[in-house]
Amino acid sequence: MYRQGMQQVVMTLALFCAVVVAEPVVAATRLYDQLGGEVGVVAIVDQFLFKLADDKRINHFFVDTNVKRFREKLIEQFCALSGGPCTYTGDSMQQSHAGMDINLAAFNALVEDLIEAMEQCKVATGAQNRLLALLAPMHQDIIEKP
Amino acid sequence: MNRQKIAHVLVGLWLVLLAPGAAAWNAAALVPNNSRILATGGATQIEGQAGGGIVPWAVLAGYGSSGEVGGSGFYTHVELKDYSLEAFGAAVSFDNRMELSLARQEFDLGTLGRALGVPDKELRQNIFGLKLRLYGDLIYGVLPQFAFGVQYKHNLDFGIPAAVGARHDSDADFYLSAAKLWLAGPLGRNVFANITLRHTRANQGGLLGFGGDRGDSREVMFESALGFFITRHIAVGAEYRQQPHKLGFSPQSDWFDAFVGLFPGKHVALVAAYADLGTVATLPEQRGWYLSLQVAF
Ligand code: HEM
Repeated sequence: MYRQGMQQVVMTLALFCAVVVAEPVVAATRLYDQLGGEVGVVAIVDQFLFKLADDKRINHFFVDTNVKRFREKLIEQFCALSGGPCTYTGDSMQQSHAGMDINLAAFNALVEDLIEAMEQCKVATGAQNRLLALLAPMHQDIIEKP
Repeated sequence: MNRQKIAHVLVGLWLVLLAPGAAAWNAAALVPNNSRILATGGATQIEGQAGGGIVPWAVLAGYGSSGEVGGSGFYTHVELKDYSLEAFGAAVSFDNRMELSLARQEFDLGTLGRALGVPDKELRQNIFGLKLRLYGDLIYGVLPQFAFGVQYKHNLDFGIPAAVGARHDSDADFYLSAAKLWLAGPLGRNVFANITLRHTRANQGGLLGFGGDRGDSREVMFESALGFFITRHIAVGAEYRQQPHKLGFSPQSDWFDAFVGLFPGKHVALVAAYADLGTVATLPEQRGWYLSLQVAF
């Protein structure tokens, strides 16, 4: 029974790989290019800011935020993280979120808004996940108490 | 303490836990904002807890994150060669910390019922579930999310289980489980894995009672799940669930399923699976399909 089970697992995996490989393979290119380069990153950040402004769960965090600076720093940050030709010149994640009492729920809500923004910009699933994977570790500097 | 007492204590405990949960919710300390990311509440497994199809996972029902309340309801149908099973129930989770669930299973004896000419045509049981997140988060951090769970099960039709040698009509399973989602795994896809170790003496998940002529002690059984998110809305995967073997009248096989989970949005999920439960109560090759609908918040 167990052996048969393993066989079925292998079959399932083979099927999965067939499905995924059928998509155009873009793994070799830079994440920055997968996000659409400068134009793409700017579009993602702008969509993201619209989503944040509309999100009643967390928009109260941003009432006093200098949106122009926030937008500029986010673009720099996403560009630099994804291997683009930028340098992040903003404050550290720890400094810029200190004392805001951001909990995991707020963090999740913001991540969800970013995902929605990337969906809207038609960013491929793999590229979305890669950017999220680069941002996720920042939770430890942003969330008040894990 | 005799069995009856343990049963009452466990159900009592379950009810007592509902009170603080509901109180906290009521005091508006918890909000139904469902901030957790899509699919991170899993589907609802056959015993009513957040999980896959046959395995309870370390995740909690619904989409409530810290300071929020979440929940889910489900209906599942499993159609095997000679039997069918229906399950339905609801779960609620508080602060992404504690999950309480209630489920009913109704197992149609089909062929076997007619062959035995027994009066009972089905085996039913109620399941009270409790799950506590002990540590960690499914997505954030290096370590997995850990949970401790209890499933207290109570048979409503004990005639057949007793006749084939089951010792008890109710019992509790205890388990520890760990789950992790890796962002951007192979080919940029998110990969999910879960391991659950269950202390149990349930025959066919409890539908054939607990303990038997081959032994009455609980054993640690291994359960696992592996999933891949093709997109954030579609997951494919497989599960394995080892079973104790306490009844001499029939072999008891381990369970297996291969699933496709659809998460169009946070309020609905649909799981379709191929299930192989092996030999069930003397009838071999119990394979078939599994369909589960979940509503969640
Ligand atoms: C991975 C997640 C996050 C990233 C990458 C991120 C990134 C940034 C960046 C680059 C800045 C600008 C820093 C500067 O001005 O030098 C910033 C500021 C800010 N962030 Fe975040 N952030 C994250 C999560 C959050 C969350 C969860 C919240 C609250 C819900 C939040 C609220 C804010 C606010 C209010 C500011 C503006 C502070 C000010 O006005 O100076 N951030 N964030």
